[in-house]
Amino acid sequence: MSIFPTSAPHAHAPDSVPRIMGLVLLAVAPAMLYGIVLFGWPALNLFLVTVLACLLCEAVCLRLAGHAVRPFLMDGSALLTGILLALSLPPWAPWWIGVVGGFFAIVVGKQVFGGIGQNIFNPAMLARVALLVSFPVEMTFWLEPRPLFSSHAPGFMEGLAITFGGIPNIDAVSGATILGHIRTELGMSHALSQILPGHYHAGTAALGWTGGSLGETADFLVLLGGLWLLWRRVFTWHVPVAMLATVLALAGGLHLLDPERFASPAVHLLSGGLMLGAFFIATDPVTSPTTKLGQLIFGAGCGAFVYIIRTWGGYPEGVAFAVVLMNAATPLIDHYVRPRIYGRTWRGQSRPVSERAKRPPIKSGEAE
Amino acid sequence: MKLFDFWGGVHPAGQKHLSAEQAIQILPMPSRLHVPLQQHTGRSAVAVVKVGQTVRKGELLGQEQGGVSAPVHAPTSGVITAIGDFTAPHVSGLPLPTVTLESDGEDRWLEQEPPPDPFALEPEEVAARIGEAGIVGMGGANFPSAVKLSKARQARVHTLAVNGAECEPYMTCDDRLMRERAEHIVDGVRLMLHALQAPNAVIAIEDNKPEAVARMKAACQNEGQIRVVVVPSRYPAGSAKQLIQILTGLETPAGGRGTDTGVLVHNVGTAYAVHRALRQARPLISRIVTVTGGAVAEPKNLEAPIGALVEDLLAFCGGTTDAPARLLMGGPMMGHPLPGTQVPIVKGTNGILALTAAELRLAATPSPCIRCGRCVEACPMGLMPLEMSKRARHDDLDGAQAFGLIDCISCGSCAFACPSHIPLVQYFEYARGALEARQRAEQKARETRRLLEQRQARLVRAEQAKAEAAARRQAEKRQARMKGGATA
Ligand code: SF4
Ligand code: SF4
Repeated sequence: MSIFPTSAPHAHAPDSVPRIMGLVLLAVAPAMLYGIVLFGWPALNLFLVTVLACLLCEAVCLRLAGHAVRPFLMDGSALLTGILLALSLPPWAPWWIGVVGGFFAIVVGKQVFGGIGQNIFNPAMLARVALLVSFPVEMTFWLEPRPLFSSHAPGFMEGLAITFGGIPNIDAVSGATILGHIRTELGMSHALSQILPGHYHAGTAALGWTGGSLGETADFLVLLGGLWLLWRRVFTWHVPVAMLATVLALAGGLHLLDPERFASPAVHLLSGGLMLGAFFIATDPVTSPTTKLGQLIFGAGCGAFVYIIRTWGGYPEGVAFAVVLMNAATPLIDHYVRPRIYGRTWRGQSRPVSERAKRPPIKSGEAE
Repeated sequence: MKLFDFWGGVHPAGQKHLSAEQAIQILPMPSRLHVPLQQHTGRSAVAVVKVGQTVRKGELLGQEQGGVSAPVHAPTSGVITAIGDFTAPHVSGLPLPTVTLESDGEDRWLEQEPPPDPFALEPEEVAARIGEAGIVGMGGANFPSAVKLSKARQARVHTLAVNGAECEPYMTCDDRLMRERAEHIVDGVRLMLHALQAPNAVIAIEDNKPEAVARMKAACQNEGQIRVVVVPSRYPAGSAKQLIQILTGLETPAGGRGTDTGVLVHNVGTAYAVHRALRQARPLISRIVTVTGGAVAEPKNLEAPIGALVEDLLAFCGGTTDAPARLLMGGPMMGHPLPGTQVPIVKGTNGILALTAAELRLAATPSPCIRCGRCVEACPMGLMPLEMSKRARHDDLDGAQAFGLIDCISCGSCAFACPSHIPLVQYFEYARGALEARQRAEQKARETRRLLEQRQARLVRAEQAKAEAAARRQAEKRQARMKGGATA
């Protein structure tokens, strides 16, 4: 059939895929810049390598598949995948982590499925999971923030050396994320009241002054960006609110039961990739359900998995796993959760109007 | 009065300012009119005039046939110069039987007796007169109004909802009609209530038309049974199903009628036409048409005779500035492209829209679906347009149907909202067409099979009859022989 749009509508909302991607890029930019400043030149190097790898892989795949490269590359989706992947990597990871991750995200995570819109899993998260499983050492190397140009930050050349040659004095710079720290200490059966003081301040955590991956630390900026996207109606509140509320509820409930074993909701909310995940990753339209109810279920599922993995699973952080697991459930959710059709019952039968319901909307003589 | 909400919907840019302040102007009578015999849902009218015949304004040109049909009348006085095919105002550009009338420039009315007091008439008689005046739904549904009224009276409808929502962007014909002829509309509403024998009417107007609201409220001041309600501006608030939902919170059952909810929806333009028919004995021979769009030099609201060419209307509005990127009959959400300007306006034409490329905001090519769900969110019918279109595109007609293809009202909200610019409605229309074709083919196959079986049965019967007849003859012969033998 011809696709010349001869049929209505002949008007269109001022929306397009590149525009949506552009807004998301803008929204994530502050957190991204903050993360780069916080972890210095090596972070910038890794960031650039990852993004370039993604763009290159996208271009090559498009060419191989015989698609027009430019329009698809310009839709911004590969760029966004690259950025989100970079943001979820340890900031001083070696360059090849970025390259392998980019390859995984774009080739295995997206193009193998048929390109934009066809993939089941969030490409960035699939890559992160793959990297974490394959290179556990590199993927769990965390360090305390060393902002650009501060006294103990590496200079430009040093930065290149770190990204492309490895970190010279590993033990001197390494530091654990708060979630990692809690896990290790709990493993040694220490109580939270002994573990946390000196390691965790809600204020510094929210401002991002903490160890973690590139973009996971500045929760405050991530939240602002997310709220801005909500306001611009790029996505609706359903996924992020369901995800955060579920983590909050589980963490709150268990914390009340045993505060020595279960970290408080604030710790959960303001650490790791939860905020980034809730606003920028789980909201990926392609891999989340299309109905509002489906999105609530999806968000709640993500939240529950995050909490379960963090608390009982084998890894201290679970956002990527949680999102990938719920991605896998999305086709099922979309199959079962459909809106009710106007004039039909949930089962699709015609829905009769009961005699009682047929009241006139106004009674004669009713006052204005 | 408590209002309810409808699902989904979108907020297209109204663009009504282009023509909203233009008072209705009367289009100078074109020298030639092309009046199609079918301007309504149902069976076509049949011409009752001959080429060369002179007619007066308001004289019958085509007689309705059958239960669901409507007559057409002469929009001016003059001579019939042709009866034959003429391009119809439809995207296909297929011709329709059309009466061509050459105006004599005198515009002389057919003499008619002054109409009796309509409130002294029986409801059925009022409906009959509405039918004789050729009135059809003027909001674009084109269903013969008299049929609708009679059916609704039998269904004991309690409320007449008068649709002045005019939710289509750009369109201002109903707005102007309400502002300028409020009393006549209200009179038409009272007459329809009489025809319906229903107690109440609600006139629904979107909140982007405050002046129309004020004028209509003033006109209804002394009408206890008619209420003006202001509904939020959101497309498609003016679609009958959604309007019923706004007013009553009820849904028209799938496969049922709007009247199943106790409400009958009619357009304000129809109410006005009813007033003209019953008070002045004037059939429906003209209507208000909004001529607008970024490519029209001077957008206007025109009272134009049915059968005037789009070309005539555009010329009166100063023509088009640049070549319009798209020329439509109706609004941008549900209107359809015209094959050219040499097509007549009909009873259901609310607007002529000449859009520039910038207004269309066309993407060069649709991009793949990113499953964003905006179409689902926008659909007022609770459908999943992305799933339907995916199936329609792969010719999985049953799949598309299972996702509610028949419940789609083609409102276009989904395609409007889609960031990938996928022409969703077009896929649905395609699938609907294919389904109809398939049903027709199945019907035909069934019919052929039936005929074949009948023929075979007939052949078998004939064979049998022949065999029986032969056997009988044999028996008779034998008997005769035996008898002959006995006598011999
Ligand atoms: S709005 Fe368009 S891109 Fe979004 S889900 Fe619907 S069809 Fe797909
Ligand atoms: S055109 Fe059909 S599917 Fe699309 S929004 Fe309207 S009713 Fe829903």
